Amino acid sequence: MKTVEELERIRKQAQAMTRLREGKETTRIVVGMGTCGIAAGARETLSAIMDELAKRNIQDVVVTQTGCVGLCEQEPIVDVIKPGAAKVTYGKVTKEKARQIVASHIVNGQVVGEWVIASA
Amino acid sequence: MRELSLHVLDIVQNSIAAGARTVDVTVSEDEASDLLTIEVVDDGAGIPPDILESVLDPFYTSRTTRKVGLGLPLFREAARTAGGDLIIESWPGRGTKVRATFRMSHIDRAPLGDMAETVAVLVVCNPDVRFRYRHTRGARAFFFDSEEFKQALGDIPPTAPALAGVVKNLIREGLDPVQRA
Repeated sequence: MKTVEELERIRKQAQAMTRLREGKETTRIVVGMGTCGIAAGARETLSAIMDELAKRNIQDVVVTQTGCVGLCEQEPIVDVIKPGAAKVTYGKVTKEKARQIVASHIVNGQVVGEWVIASA
Repeated sequence: MRELSLHVLDIVQNSIAAGARTVDVTVSEDEASDLLTIEVVDDGAGIPPDILESVLDPFYTSRTTRKVGLGLPLFREAARTAGGDLIIESWPGRGTKVRATFRMSHIDRAPLGDMAETVAVLVVCNPDVRFRYRHTRGARAFFFDSEEFKQALGDIPPTAPALAGVVKNLIREGLDPVQRA
């Protein structure tokens, strides 16, 4: 069955990455999943982030969801929290922007300044 | 919301916020009676009777950060627009059941949309919650249980981003023969 093979492949990748990241803290990506976020396309945004992370075989990132933070007009909203760095909040994150944020911010450590709506 | 599966994602967020450990999502398509039924049942905190009357009011929310709560009212609107309705039942301390019905053939019924993506996102983002998804169409049925899936994972962390794609494919492949006319 295709799924079993797929799981086996992911298991091997996960094992390799677990060895690499021992002692390393995880980056967190948080996507707003309130009614406003979902209506604005947060599900596709979150899915694109997971897919881009998977394609690049990045395992030391955890993607979670949160509710409405009161900035509904900026949804979909994505927070990137790297260990030891300030939280960066991106607004109006389409699935295309989401993939670019993974490439630029997560992989290369370059914040995509023009899409940032808050940094703390 | 463009798709009913987005409403499902939204309504399940209420279950998660209510501390549910298990959420059952059931979609049944019954062509004989021209009825589409979507049910979300959780074992969360439940809603006290005096508040239950207000949850379908768009200007009621349990949140203090803003004054509107649109999830349930929008879902009910989608159901009523398509000749159906939404009912919510709750047992404080035991859980809540939301049931929406739609005339399948109604011209204003929103498409069901991508249930696979909705379930995949929920499973990978909420590793501590068990999701069961049952989909029937006439006599055909598909069933997914996130607990069974996690048992197959072995030492793969349940939050591994690659799993979202795996769950999505698993559900798409399972739903295909059920939904095929």
